[in-house]
Amino acid sequence: MSVQPASLPDIRADVVVIGTGLIGATLAVALASAGVSVVAIDRLAPAAMTDMRFDGRTTAVAWGARRALSRIGVWETMAPHAEPILDIRISDGRLEPERVTAATSLLHLHFDHREAGEGPDRAPAMGYIVENRHMRLALFQRLAALPLAVLLAPATIARVERGEHGVETTLGDGRIVRAALVVSAEGRGGGGLRESAKIRVGGWSYGQMAIVCVARHERPHRGVAQEKFLPGGPFAILPMTNDETGAHRSSIVWSERTDLATAVLALDDGSFAREFAARFGDHLGVVAPVGPRFHYPLSLSQAERYVDRRLALVGDAAHAIHPIAGQGWNLGLRDIAALAEVVVDAKRLGLDIGGANTLARYESWRRVDNLALLAATDALNRLFSNDIPPLRALRDLGLAAVNEVAPLRRFFMRHAMGVVGDLPKLVRGEPL
Amino acid sequence: MGGTTIDHAEVERFGRLADKWWDETGEFAPLHRLNPARIGFIRDRVAARFGRDPLSLTAATPSGPLAGLNLLDIGCGGGLASEPLARLGAHVTGLDAAARSIAAARDHAERMGLAIDYRVGDIETLADGTERFDVVLALEIVEHVADPGLFLRACASLVKPGGMLIASTLNRTAKAYALAIVGAEYVLRWVPRGTHDWKKFLKPSELARPLRTAGLDIAELAGLVYSPVTGGWRIDPRDIDVNYMLVATKAGPVP
Repeated sequence: MSVQPASLPDIRADVVVIGTGLIGATLAVALASAGVSVVAIDRLAPAAMTDMRFDGRTTAVAWGARRALSRIGVWETMAPHAEPILDIRISDGRLEPERVTAATSLLHLHFDHREAGEGPDRAPAMGYIVENRHMRLALFQRLAALPLAVLLAPATIARVERGEHGVETTLGDGRIVRAALVVSAEGRGGGGLRESAKIRVGGWSYGQMAIVCVARHERPHRGVAQEKFLPGGPFAILPMTNDETGAHRSSIVWSERTDLATAVLALDDGSFAREFAARFGDHLGVVAPVGPRFHYPLSLSQAERYVDRRLALVGDAAHAIHPIAGQGWNLGLRDIAALAEVVVDAKRLGLDIGGANTLARYESWRRVDNLALLAATDALNRLFSNDIPPLRALRDLGLAAVNEVAPLRRFFMRHAMGVVGDLPKLVRGEPL
Repeated sequence: MGGTTIDHAEVERFGRLADKWWDETGEFAPLHRLNPARIGFIRDRVAARFGRDPLSLTAATPSGPLAGLNLLDIGCGGGLASEPLARLGAHVTGLDAAARSIAAARDHAERMGLAIDYRVGDIETLADGTERFDVVLALEIVEHVADPGLFLRACASLVKPGGMLIASTLNRTAKAYALAIVGAEYVLRWVPRGTHDWKKFLKPSELARPLRTAGLDIAELAGLVYSPVTGGWRIDPRDIDVNYMLVATKAGPVP
């Protein structure tokens, strides 16, 4: 990576990546690690994106994604900050206001990673919980070490011209980056590129908000992730590494109807802690929320196309799903792995890496997988985010039934681990 | 050598389509879809002959797996094979009898920032000169020339000692008639009617004989097979019934 001097001539690269969030930075690392030159551009500096207060979320890195991160040389740096998920428990709960405890259905769904794989394919964990901040630090560190990657951040973009023979990205300071392909990793807002290509986006808001914070608890979580389906939305307890004082921590994603969430966010610390504890339960002893409360609106969106002339959309710019199953980033990672693979294949054949056939291969590869998970997570949320008695009973029976049948359980588990489908090489842990 | 193998009606027909060569979804879409498989085959065979790593990317070898090799693409058209092979590092000379195709090829290469030596001309004139090449390609061209025997002997004479020739064409079988003429031209309308004349298709033996006569050794025959499921093409070493490729080598020290 080169830091930008005051006056730099025009830059040439194979690919320009716009947006260096978790998705954009991972793509830039994947491409540059495989011999494809990349210029990655963001309006924010890496220091701003890795600040403690920028992003309080954690990411559930599925097993397949972890293999990909190893392959592109970033996993080792983030591994000390990754807590393995050894077990996932899903339960259907109802909040009883008068007692302020979460009455959880006795019928549980229980996934244990030891069931998921056999033989050499057997994974040591279902996945890992990593703070986004640590993922960003590892990605920027790797980017800086790759000779084929140039990071321009902070930088503004004046315009992007996608022509028949190439893409010209003009920066705010007048410099021009010439490439064969531009990738939008601009998140669910989509930024200017998706709009300029007149790619429409369908979707809806869930009328829910995710409250994100960290919980400190008395007893260790033993690698267990919990997903409680409460009437307002799922309440997820995700195992984190201990903090620097050795205190046990979990990351919380608390979904709630938007009006209620707004009220909850406005509570004073004491009232917030009580509401929080009522949902969390007492299975890990005394519990308290710590640090800042972050909040993110929940919505689902799907771009009608993932590609246009010399343009590819990846991650949330292409498809944002409900975070109910922790699959958003993992789906984005599959986009990255698939796009990197088609680009590397094209480059090894000397073909035009931004050409129509290269991009068509990427789109047809990814669309099926993304639509399937989008439909599944949406149905799951709709099924669980209510408190209608017959539905509750059905849900409980459904969860119990899945629990009874090992093959069914393995099926769900392998999906959660991200090791199902027509997997790109990186997700299979293979080199490009 | 004397004589010419150029079929003027064919040259005129391809010249009229000159501005369509690089439209991946236009008239030449089938050729674009065929390209990954045939370029991959050429890359791998050339790399094997000259001791290169076919998968090396810019990071490891700044100039690509075919760096430094002189390559002649006969009947290059708009440069669909010339450009990728130039990106892989070869010094490419593209030869075509249609001036309008060469003009389109030159224009496109320049816009893509590629240095390729495109020439309008016939192979006999080139063969009469002294220039010789490490790799000579005759892709989807033999079935369009007036005298294949004469044409192939000229191709062979342009190969340096130690070098190689790769040709691809359509087999004169009933299956090829069904797929390449009835299927591709009439049913699917992939290519304009009249693109191919089945009578001019060559059986592998007819392709090999003039090359052997000219002193080349036939190293390999492999089929190019279309998969209706994936919409892509792949190399199949057994099925040479329709599209196929031939690799021939010339004795001598390999550079």
